[in-house]
Amino acid sequence: MKLSAVPYSAIKALRRNTMRTILTAFGIIIGVAAVITMVGLGQGAGAEVEEQVNRLGQNVMLIFPGERQLGGVSIGGGSANTLTVEDAIALREEIPEVVAASPEVRSQRVVVYGNRNWHTPIYGQSADYLQIRDWPLESGRMFDEEDVGRASLVAVVGQTVVQELFEGADPIGETVRVRGLPLEVIGVLSPKGMSLMGSVQDDLMIIPYTTGFQRVSGRSHAMVINVQVYSEETMDVARAKITDLLRERHGLAPDQENDFTIQTQEEVAQIATETSRVMTWLLASIAGISLFVGGIGIMNVMLVSVTERTREVGLRLAVGARSPDVLMQFLIESVILCLLGGIGGILLGYFATETIANYAGWPAFFSLEAMVVAVGVSAAVGVFFGFYPAWKASRLDPIMALRQE
Amino acid sequence: MHVLQLEGIERTYRTGALEVKALRGIDLTVDEAEFVAIMGPSGSGKSTLMNLLGCLDSPSAGRYLLDGGDVARLKRDELARIRNEILGFVFQSFHLLPRTTARENVELPLLYRESQLSWKEIREAASEALDIVGLGDRMEHMPNELSGGQKQRVAIARALVTQPRVLLADEPTGNLDTRTSLEIIDLIQRLNDDGLTILMVTHEPEIARYAERVIILRDGLIRSDRRRTPERARERIEAWGDDVEDALDEALQEATSHGDIDAPPASVADPVPEEVGIEQETGR
Repeated sequence: MKLSAVPYSAIKALRRNTMRTILTAFGIIIGVAAVITMVGLGQGAGAEVEEQVNRLGQNVMLIFPGERQLGGVSIGGGSANTLTVEDAIALREEIPEVVAASPEVRSQRVVVYGNRNWHTPIYGQSADYLQIRDWPLESGRMFDEEDVGRASLVAVVGQTVVQELFEGADPIGETVRVRGLPLEVIGVLSPKGMSLMGSVQDDLMIIPYTTGFQRVSGRSHAMVINVQVYSEETMDVARAKITDLLRERHGLAPDQENDFTIQTQEEVAQIATETSRVMTWLLASIAGISLFVGGIGIMNVMLVSVTERTREVGLRLAVGARSPDVLMQFLIESVILCLLGGIGGILLGYFATETIANYAGWPAFFSLEAMVVAVGVSAAVGVFFGFYPAWKASRLDPIMALRQE
Repeated sequence: MHVLQLEGIERTYRTGALEVKALRGIDLTVDEAEFVAIMGPSGSGKSTLMNLLGCLDSPSAGRYLLDGGDVARLKRDELARIRNEILGFVFQSFHLLPRTTARENVELPLLYRESQLSWKEIREAASEALDIVGLGDRMEHMPNELSGGQKQRVAIARALVTQPRVLLADEPTGNLDTRTSLEIIDLIQRLNDDGLTILMVTHEPEIARYAERVIILRDGLIRSDRRRTPERARERIEAWGDDVEDALDEALQEATSHGDIDAPPASVADPVPEEVGIEQETGR
């Protein structure tokens, strides 16, 4: 058959039944749009995660007590009491690569101000904690080494606490109570948003770890030591040195396993990225299913179309169409149908991604890659699902086909 | 010179254990520029013969020489090429593609030409064919904007566009009223005058008398094969005008004598039978 006549005939045939063409293409439009949206949102979420990991602070390591596996499988080990305040101080003083180390003690307590109260996590940290987290203050000041040494009754509060206890008023200089212990608010943290795990990071209160250990939590061991290393290049060296120092301090024999775990920022990021990647795949496969269903719709319509146009096929065969010509005609028809759906899907997907990303506050991703894949996939869907109907048409007996009513 | 030659053609259909011999040994030669009508009662095998002649089907036994070559044993796609290059088809129910202009309908066979033509050549050939059938001014009309006779003219143009050796017409007037039938037959006769070989299946003796050779089939065999001087459809059409005027006068006189002021319209043309065709049209 004349080559340029194939797409020409296909488009003519599709235009002969505009409504049906549009409705059929809708199956593909929705499928492709879903794929594009899901992939776009997944990438947006991934970028968001990355940014949050960066917000964790620069060149940060977390040291957990006991055994703690990557991905947090045996999280129970983290409760072991193996890390001490002295460990943290030793890390800072004995390892040159370590610029800051904060022994963390956390407890959930009710904080009272006037006739209001709020249940919030209270973190005991060192004076350089905000530097580790790269977290600026909005107003007031952070407690200093002196406050830590004296176990001063001072606190720095997060935005949520300001909202809940002070109803947005300036809390600096006010006194809040935790189990009867008066704490003077000396600083307010700038807003930080959601954490990787989805908790509100602004709902917290930070006090000197000395005050935390002695007056608030009643614990004697650090739950985490937050460590900041001088530079990214010295990360590995610092890790080795920290391991050696802690093993020595804990008196571990060479055949004993570490009674602590070190996680770098990258590892935390990896877990988070892995999670968002899995989510993206999950969403994309659901979208893929809807594309598949769209494909079945195409097959259905093409089958009906072949049956309906049996006489047309009969005539084409009678005037000299060969089987491959008929096969090609129907196949191209279904591919064009799918490509139309693909283009529609890209447009719809674009708007959906924009809208949802806007709503969720993520960056919207609309990659050329996803577009090419979507169009490729929809053409493949056209060939795959169009083949059987086209093959059926090409096998028709011209005599029977012409006689069909 | 023989354009087509059948020797001992048989066609047997098998449905399960049952065997039906539709054709039981047909010998037939048709020369260039002959106009042959094939007649016979239903079940006589004329459709089967037509399908074989049209290379839509292959015989169970026998030889079929078409334009010098044996086509009895050709494969499906080779037969398609023969149909495209040597044969032209006209059907009872026109078989025009719906919502496709007359010109595009006529272009269709050329799209399947093995030696590919340019769009310009295809377009010109289609215009030419439509001119021949007298529809040069209806090229961009859709089938549903054409009358039955015009549709059949488009179908004939489509058959002619490939410049075939043989035109096969299967009941070409079966869906047309008497007057339109005559016009189609007149067209076919003129094509025949220009040297085109024509084979036409019909069950109407009225139509068969315009052919110069009439073959009658019965039970899968040729029962008679006669040549005669055909009537000219053109003459009938010219005489028709007077007949219609006479009929009109008569009808008017009758109507006025009965006191009817509004004379009924002279419905010379029978309504065209409703088609279940691919045109899916709603009427004229």
